[in-house]
Amino acid sequence: MVASTSRMAVSTSDVIILSATLPSPGILFSPNGLAPLTPREHQDLKRIARAVRRDLLLCITEAGSGHPGGSLSEVETLVSLYFRVLRHNPRHPQWPDRDRFILSKGHACPGLYAVLAHRGYFPLQDLLTFRKIDSHLQGHTRVGTPGVEMSAGSLGHGLSFATGVALAGRVDRRGYRTYALLGDGECDEGQVWEAAMSAAHYKVDTLTAIVDRNRIQNDRFTSEVMELEPFAAKWKAFGWRVLTVNGHSFPQLLNAFARAQATQGRPTVIIANTIKGKGVSFMENNPDFHGKAPTKAQLEQALRELGVAAEEGYQPLTWERMP
Amino acid sequence: MTTAVTREVFGQTLLELGSQDPKIVVLGGDLNKSTFAYRFGQQFPDRFFDLGPAEQNMMSMAAGFASCGKTVFVSTFAVFGTGRPFDQIRVGIAQPRANVKIVCTHAGIVTGEDGISAQGIEDLALMGALPGLTVIVPADGPETDQAARVAAREPGPFYIRLSRPATPIVHQPGFTFRLGKAETLREGNDVAIIACGIMVPAALQAAERLAPQGIQCRVINMATLQPLDEQGIAQAAAETGAIVTAEEHYRHGGLGSLVAQTIGRTLPVPMESVALDRYAESGKPELLLAKYGLTAADVEKAAVRAIGRKRR
Repeated sequence: MVASTSRMAVSTSDVIILSATLPSPGILFSPNGLAPLTPREHQDLKRIARAVRRDLLLCITEAGSGHPGGSLSEVETLVSLYFRVLRHNPRHPQWPDRDRFILSKGHACPGLYAVLAHRGYFPLQDLLTFRKIDSHLQGHTRVGTPGVEMSAGSLGHGLSFATGVALAGRVDRRGYRTYALLGDGECDEGQVWEAAMSAAHYKVDTLTAIVDRNRIQNDRFTSEVMELEPFAAKWKAFGWRVLTVNGHSFPQLLNAFARAQATQGRPTVIIANTIKGKGVSFMENNPDFHGKAPTKAQLEQALRELGVAAEEGYQPLTWERMP
Repeated sequence: MTTAVTREVFGQTLLELGSQDPKIVVLGGDLNKSTFAYRFGQQFPDRFFDLGPAEQNMMSMAAGFASCGKTVFVSTFAVFGTGRPFDQIRVGIAQPRANVKIVCTHAGIVTGEDGISAQGIEDLALMGALPGLTVIVPADGPETDQAARVAAREPGPFYIRLSRPATPIVHQPGFTFRLGKAETLREGNDVAIIACGIMVPAALQAAERLAPQGIQCRVINMATLQPLDEQGIAQAAAETGAIVTAEEHYRHGGLGSLVAQTIGRTLPVPMESVALDRYAESGKPELLLAKYGLTAADVEKAAVRAIGRKRR
């Protein structure tokens, strides 16, 4: 049976909104994230987030493995950064003055890949090659993918790396800002706290860390594996400015990024309280979906819940079926 | 024999490199007086970062600096610069081929009195296990100077292994270090002694002692362990018919292992290895070398054994 291109029930408005936010060749992105969101802009960001959730789930399902839970929980953070906050240019990923985003929780790369693809760093079609041989989209981020700053996959490296990046900007007197996204389970790694200490010691106020506080790590809930609380107090004691937000609220995230930018003399950490598996009922708060791909039937249900379900049963994924 | 302290030579070279190249930044871990990196820090405080004894953070930060176009020198002791942050070096530096130069001092048992926790005898196995990471064991001060300059010039990750005490100078003034090439320091066709680091002067001494007995030893300085000069090793095996390796490192995973697998693949000949087969203890360097079998006399005996195993 031949699938019609309209079968994937993504509304036409999605496509229009996405094209409106995609880069024109040669345009440099300037931050507009500090201005309050208009209702229309807020709607746009929500639509983009929905498309990103759809695409990261398609990507993982097609690969047959990957990490949906932590990819779904980080979506609003990534969309805020790449569509409102970062000064970057997908046409020139190595632009020396770009703001840097470092994904420390490298297993959650499907979320990043989907956002980078929507931003035009590489074709959307590439997402279907995730984890397959000869693809640039590796199972954990690796330098070489356009827009990827750091090779990751072993937890705890990213905040140190980001501190080095931020201090290199200080040495070179460049004005860029550096952002690092960490998992909460990742904060079990001692290196995170070595980095926290050194970033505060060197007063790296161009550095912003975001912790995706989804309260679940590989095996179980973080409170069961290794208690992190009092979490905000730990960061504060290490010399950081701490902002706690709802990590699925664009206005709250954007407000926190603005406050981080205005902070002088110390780095800022944004503790983004999130729901692991956000947007898909059977993945939400379910440790089983930390590192397991959905079945094709589960994907179908997930897409339906996200409002982007196929009208009929699951069909083999092809890009004709994707907007 | 005149001597030099290789770590002090490194500190001086780093200072000179720093004034020539503003892209160089230096990271240290609260051992900067011992590694002589402090001299760079005094001259270029804006490009020098002391990160305390937190080597995992230091290596990942080095990778971050390198991603912004910096040539990063990281300096600490061999035990703290290889084993402790191995994962950070593997994922953050070796895999993306980051432009980071790890220069470790206080390698081997000649670190002495601090005991086995401080005596890095596994570092070459660890760093040699990382594909694409250049591994250099300079034999003396002049080679240390040149190896550091090559590391600064060539892109990609490097490991350079230095010692604590003063060691003999074996190179003539004006010699040129050739990355990835075996260097013949003495000609001879009865046996080839392939050595690195502080065992190079011991190998030369052994050759000196065997000459009156009519045994002509070829002495090869194998300063670069990765990439390995396999052709040079095969040629030495072909021309001498017997090999001795000498290194101040655990027997497994060091120079001896590399040479053995090379001649095994190319031209199997009798081979003996002078290396450590266990952890040592606290003590004066020269007494430790004697007790744990790393003297010129040990190399000499190994050479005689190797020659005795040749097919007649």
